[in-house]
Amino acid sequence: MLGKTAGSLYWMARYLERSENNARLIDAGFRIALTRSNTAEAEWRSVLVTAGQDGRFRQAHGEDYSSQRVVDFMLRDPANPSSILSVIKQARDNARTARTYLTREVWEAVNTSWMTLGALLKRQVRKDDLPDALAAIRRQNGQVRGALTGTMLRNDGFHFAQLGTFLERADNIARILDVKYYLLLPSVAHIGGSIDNVQWETILRSVSAHRAYRWLYGAEISALKIAEFLILYRQLPRSLAFCCERVEEHLGQIQRGYAEETEAGRMAAALCRDRLSAPIQAIFDGGLHEYLSGFLGATGALARQVERDYRFVE
Amino acid sequence: MLRGKGWGISFFDEMTGQTGEVRSPYRDYHDWFAQEDAARIQRKTQQAEAFFRTTGITFNVYGQDEADERLIPFDVVPRIISAGEWRRLSRGIEQRVRALNAFLHDIYHRQEILRAGRVPTELIARNEAFLPMMMGMDPPGGVYTHISGIDIVRTGADEFYVLEDNARTPSGVSYMLENRETMLQMFPELFARISVREVSDYPLNLLKSLSACAPPQCAGTPTVAVLTPGIHNSAYFEHSFLADQMGAELVEGHDLRVVAGRVQMRTTQGYRPIDVLYRRVDDDFLDPLNFRPDSLLGVPGIWDVYRAGGITIANAPGTGIADDKALYSYMPDIIEFYTGEKALLPNVPTWRCSEAEHLKEVLDRLPELVVKEVHGSGGYGMLVGPAASKKEIAAFRKKLEANPGNYIAQPTLSLSTVPIFTKAGLAPRHVDLRPFVLMSPQGITITPGGLTRVAMTRGSLVVNSSQGGGTKDTWVLED
Repeated sequence: MLGKTAGSLYWMARYLERSENNARLIDAGFRIALTRSNTAEAEWRSVLVTAGQDGRFRQAHGEDYSSQRVVDFMLRDPANPSSILSVIKQARDNARTARTYLTREVWEAVNTSWMTLGALLKRQVRKDDLPDALAAIRRQNGQVRGALTGTMLRNDGFHFAQLGTFLERADNIARILDVKYYLLLPSVAHIGGSIDNVQWETILRSVSAHRAYRWLYGAEISALKIAEFLILYRQLPRSLAFCCERVEEHLGQIQRGYAEETEAGRMAAALCRDRLSAPIQAIFDGGLHEYLSGFLGATGALARQVERDYRFVE
Repeated sequence: MLRGKGWGISFFDEMTGQTGEVRSPYRDYHDWFAQEDAARIQRKTQQAEAFFRTTGITFNVYGQDEADERLIPFDVVPRIISAGEWRRLSRGIEQRVRALNAFLHDIYHRQEILRAGRVPTELIARNEAFLPMMMGMDPPGGVYTHISGIDIVRTGADEFYVLEDNARTPSGVSYMLENRETMLQMFPELFARISVREVSDYPLNLLKSLSACAPPQCAGTPTVAVLTPGIHNSAYFEHSFLADQMGAELVEGHDLRVVAGRVQMRTTQGYRPIDVLYRRVDDDFLDPLNFRPDSLLGVPGIWDVYRAGGITIANAPGTGIADDKALYSYMPDIIEFYTGEKALLPNVPTWRCSEAEHLKEVLDRLPELVVKEVHGSGGYGMLVGPAASKKEIAAFRKKLEANPGNYIAQPTLSLSTVPIFTKAGLAPRHVDLRPFVLMSPQGITITPGGLTRVAMTRGSLVVNSSQGGGTKDTWVLED
């Protein structure tokens, strides 16, 4: 397959995953802004930082972190290359470029997402309609994911798309934790110190894992447990461990298919081995922020190596 | 002498002729239509539109916002051609394409036709599409026009004319295929009632035809790729569709590079040679080293590989000379020169404005004529006399007088009509037809029918999609 096509499938999946993650971030931010109007601005700012959009937002709007401004900026500002509308457009452009490698179902799901969300986000979304709009974004993504896993051949194209999905997701989870780690720290330092209930729920909501957490840990709310859950719990599809295992697995499939080992493959194996085998206490002892920075650096380097090894660009 | 029959004001309707009685090719369809619920057909039309949108069968209009992807209007009433009519048409088309290919070979070799004085030398010399670099080149298999589209219009029950030859990179074949697909999905029962010849084997025939033209350096099964300018090109849907249907790679210039004397594509596992390149970019953009240095679309050095027999380029560079509308007026002579036969399909009578006598007549009769640029396409830059205002005609007259050699003129054709489906029922609209022709050393393949383009506006004679024209499924009936 063409290097460009592999790159397009990979980026199509990354952008789709990004749109969904950003929808979750907005959702979580919106909840907290509704319930705690005094910290709403700080909360929106941290959402923008997590999504990597704060710099651009300040350029356009200064310090005006009102719900309406932030939500509109993140949802549909065409000048914001990371707005959901921009990201969906880029996902679709990549899908068009790789059209010959997609099944009709996948292509139509991506194209329908673009059409549906384009119509939905044509005008500013009213506060009352926001939850529905965010749900629609997640739903559209679910349809693409379903078409992808339900109809695509398990060949290199599929694996490149999956690689994009899980690298993007891992990146997103690590950034959520990194922006919020200061909230988790005090409660670890002071045994018995209480963690802010609303905040932890926000974190879990950002990765759609608040229900799963309750099922597993019951009412016990602890910073260690939350971090363990999101970093090391292999059964959670939005944990770092799960994502990294998938990355390693799909790179393994690609290497086997091509009968050629690559540096990217070795880096993925090292990522799982070196960063996801220590217990959570050891991670905290070494510093959560340091750990997450190191993790983000490693996935970033891996992503660049994938592009080189598989010749996405010349 | 230029007044033929069929140029009258009344129009021939392919469904009802001139008498109002349903003509035999349309009888079964008409019976079916008569007992159908119009509301159901209306619903189906809307479904078809949604289907085209989700499938992404759209085109970008140049000069418009890139996000503005438009649908080509699709009409649900098929255009129907009888088996006998098609036999006659396809014989004429085959003869014409053979002659075109022989002409191109001659022009790029001994130029016998110029020496014989049958075609004026300056027509080639000033033809922008003429490529001196092709002189003496032998394209693999001797084929220049791997894919061509011969535009045909009808003016009466037995009157067919060739309006234009498209030997450069004719487009529209994906619409021919998707229109049929759409009709099959919407009205499966129709195809059980009426035996219509298949068109769906076009991509396979294209692949076979291109593979049969593999270059000398090709070893084993030829690797075919489609070269596209990219997703922002107006015909990108077609490029990806054809690549997909052939199982060929869809490449852009930056995917390709010359490695070890071959044109190779950058794959995830390194560079791999391409044998046949079905290019959907113009000659100018093929090779920035040898043609336009500012082009980013092509492949530096591909020309040298081509010369050395390392790749087949389809269509061959330099075939565009055959699209010239001044040259078109010589097609009857060209056909006779190379085949020894009279043209089976007549040309539309054409005035060459480069000739003083012709120009004078054209200027005298401007309000009744159609005037086209010799290198024009897509319905741009033309004058339709009867539809133009006095002011437009006066402005065009100035352009024409300033550069007469740039124009040809033709009578305003009474193009046949085929009904379209409207809310008020069936309504006649003017149509043309573009059959698609494949050529390889193994022979010529013409897909039954082709693309019917239809002017959606009442009375309009302009069928180009860039000007608001639509398309119809085209049926050739089984014997």
